[in-house]
Amino acid sequence: MPLLEFNDLSVALPGMARPILNGVSLTVAAGEAVALVGESGSGKSVTARAALGLFPAGAAIGGHVRVDGADLVGADAGCLHEVRTGKASMIFQDPRAGINPVRRVGDFLTESLRLTGGWSRARAGARALELLTAVGLPDPVRHLRQYPHELSGGMLQRVMIAGALTAEPRLLLCDEPTTALDVTTQAEIMAILRRLQRERGLGLLLITHDIDLAAATCDRIYVMYAGRIVETGTATELLTAPRHPYTAGLLGSTPPLDGPLGRLTPIRGVPMGLLEAAPGCSFAARCPHARPGLCDRTAPDLARPAPVQVPASTAQRGPALVACHLADEIDGRPAMAAVCASPSEEDR
Amino acid sequence: MNTAPAPAPVPTPAPASPGGPLLQVSGLRKTYSTGGTQVVAVDDLSFSLHPGGALGLVGESGSGKTTTARMLVGLERPDHGQILVQGAPIAATVRGRAARLARAKAVQIVFQDPYLSLDGRISIGTTIDGVLRLHGCGDRAARAGRVRELLAQVGLGDRESAALPRQLSGGQRQRAAIARALAVEPAVLVLDEAVSALDVSVQAQVLNLLSDIRRDTGIGLVFVSHDLAVVRYVCDEALVMYRGRTMEHQPVADLLTAPRHPYTRLLLASVPRPGWDPDAIGRRRRALDVLPGDTGSPTAPTAPTAPTAPIA
Ligand SMILES: Nc1ncnc2c1ncn2[C@@H]1O[C@H](COP(=O)(O)OP(=O)(O)OP(=O)(O)O)[C@@H](O)[C@H]1O
Ligand SMILES: Nc1ncnc2c1ncn2[C@@H]1O[C@H](COP(=O)(O)OP(=O)(O)OP(=O)(O)O)[C@@H](O)[C@H]1O
Ligand code: SF4
Ligand SMILES: [Mg+2]
Ligand SMILES: [Mg+2]
Repeated sequence: MPLLEFNDLSVALPGMARPILNGVSLTVAAGEAVALVGESGSGKSVTARAALGLFPAGAAIGGHVRVDGADLVGADAGCLHEVRTGKASMIFQDPRAGINPVRRVGDFLTESLRLTGGWSRARAGARALELLTAVGLPDPVRHLRQYPHELSGGMLQRVMIAGALTAEPRLLLCDEPTTALDVTTQAEIMAILRRLQRERGLGLLLITHDIDLAAATCDRIYVMYAGRIVETGTATELLTAPRHPYTAGLLGSTPPLDGPLGRLTPIRGVPMGLLEAAPGCSFAARCPHARPGLCDRTAPDLARPAPVQVPASTAQRGPALVACHLADEIDGRPAMAAVCASPSEEDR
Repeated sequence: MNTAPAPAPVPTPAPASPGGPLLQVSGLRKTYSTGGTQVVAVDDLSFSLHPGGALGLVGESGSGKTTTARMLVGLERPDHGQILVQGAPIAATVRGRAARLARAKAVQIVFQDPYLSLDGRISIGTTIDGVLRLHGCGDRAARAGRVRELLAQVGLGDRESAALPRQLSGGQRQRAAIARALAVEPAVLVLDEAVSALDVSVQAQVLNLLSDIRRDTGIGLVFVSHDLAVVRYVCDEALVMYRGRTMEHQPVADLLTAPRHPYTRLLLASVPRPGWDPDAIGRRRRALDVLPGDTGSPTAPTAPTAPTAPIA
């Protein structure tokens, strides 16, 4: 049984043309690092919050979200409390937003242990010290007495990770944990998260808009567009042979650090808002392969595509799934680059 | 692949001394005092930029990139050093309309947040028209034509021209901010993390635009970013800063393939890619750091110098 399981989850707000999440299915097993990738507004944060049983006020919810077997959709307060205080923890993009600026780091870390866990001050303090050491802070004893403003963003994010670990969760939900940090600090934070995931057997859901970061740190990747999972597979599969035009578009938009320096091939147009809906594939308006009469009429299901010729290094293909009518015809990055619209006309 | 007609280029700014550098920066230093301590934000920075050149300023958070950008546009006054644009010094204080216009014509800046250079209450087209009017550009009809031309150059049309900033997407707003800056026909355009907040698909649109502008005009770019791949795409030279000091200044291609300074190698190794080893990065960074742990502020008492000699 996976640690986290989304089963056909839909989240819809009244007055919107389309649901925020539309039939999302995903799993994270214990000890597994999984990434959820997509652009701004695609529904990543709503997904992360749903994993704690938090849904937008007034939303109609369909499907299931299970953490360690317990369904959070329609769950009672006791069950939600148990999941949020013991099984799953969340780390956010901006560490400063999640911590009271006038309280010391030590108080932040020991509060819940003492109030909800009934731990003594000394025992909670010792635990906080242990956690600050575990996240690689240089001077844990001193940091316990410091205020948030005395720490840099990278240090404070480590404090937040320590805070997320106090409850000894089995699942760590990381919502853009390094987006506000520079690249070297990002590497340090990712090293800590990966070590925790391996050593403690945690399930890790990494939410990011950076497909390279996802591929470098996670075993499997889900790609989200307009509230749907459009492609999923191993990191290698997605990077070397993306099957969904959106995934290929993300890769074609990312400037490479090495190799030939050709012109970038941006995806034309902009992501679909909540006030827009498409009767067929939600990517049709931006897709260079869209087939009139098919793509704009019926929404494609997330399904296993026919096997393709892939480089020998990626011969064993994992459980790739793609939501595209033409997935069997479209293969990968090179094809995309050739077909993609000219960058100058893409965004009227 | 690139079949669309190229948008009209911005006229090449005429260099005062033909062949001479557009921008010459020498010995720049900026210190801030906060709570009794002195922070050396930028220390002994020198570089020059030729017409059509593009220099990337890279470095981790707090390395002095924004401070440099702000000095280049006169938003911040250096403690030491000199900035020459087309051979003329950037005035530290500007008095009067003529001097203000001259400085605007020398250097323009685009920030990460496009709202900083757009007026939220008026349409994009009206904002740009205002800039043209201020700089005495033609009559109403001529300006309208020029507004359309400038917006077309950044891939925006009449609908976006009539829209308020908040009615546009983030990428469209950022391109409008770039069009506004180009309206002045500056000699140098400074971009401070101008693409960092954009989604990759939209970022790619703006990056292509910047490379078009470089190809079609003689404008000089100073491009601030901590993303080396983006710098590689836009710039021909890059200057790596660490705690205010210059670690390395090289053509981008050489910097990426044969980085000479250990700090540059660390920055490169930090970029996520297949086979990435973030554990090693933490260790290497601690070995380079004067202070343990994270990037501290480069406060004068504790970190007077960069850890290793700069390579310029
Ligand atoms: N509580 C809410 N009420 C109404 N709309 C919401 C709510 N939460 C999210 N949304 C909308 O749902 C969509 C998905 O939002 P979400 O925050 O999940 O995006 P995201 O993928 O995390 O984007 P980003 O990369 O910008 O963080 C957006 O259009 C957002 O405006
Ligand atoms: N107005 C100010 N007052 C005091 N210190 C300042 C001020 N502005 C910048 N600093 C300090 O100067 C140093 C350089 O800051 P700067 O903003 O130039 O860095 P940066 O390279 O742009 O960083 P980032 O990547 O985070 O934007 C930092 O230590 C910063 O704290
Ligand atoms: S279903 Fe059609 S429109 Fe959608 S991604 Fe596939 S080809 Fe493009
Ligand atoms: Mg989000
Ligand atoms: Mg800055």
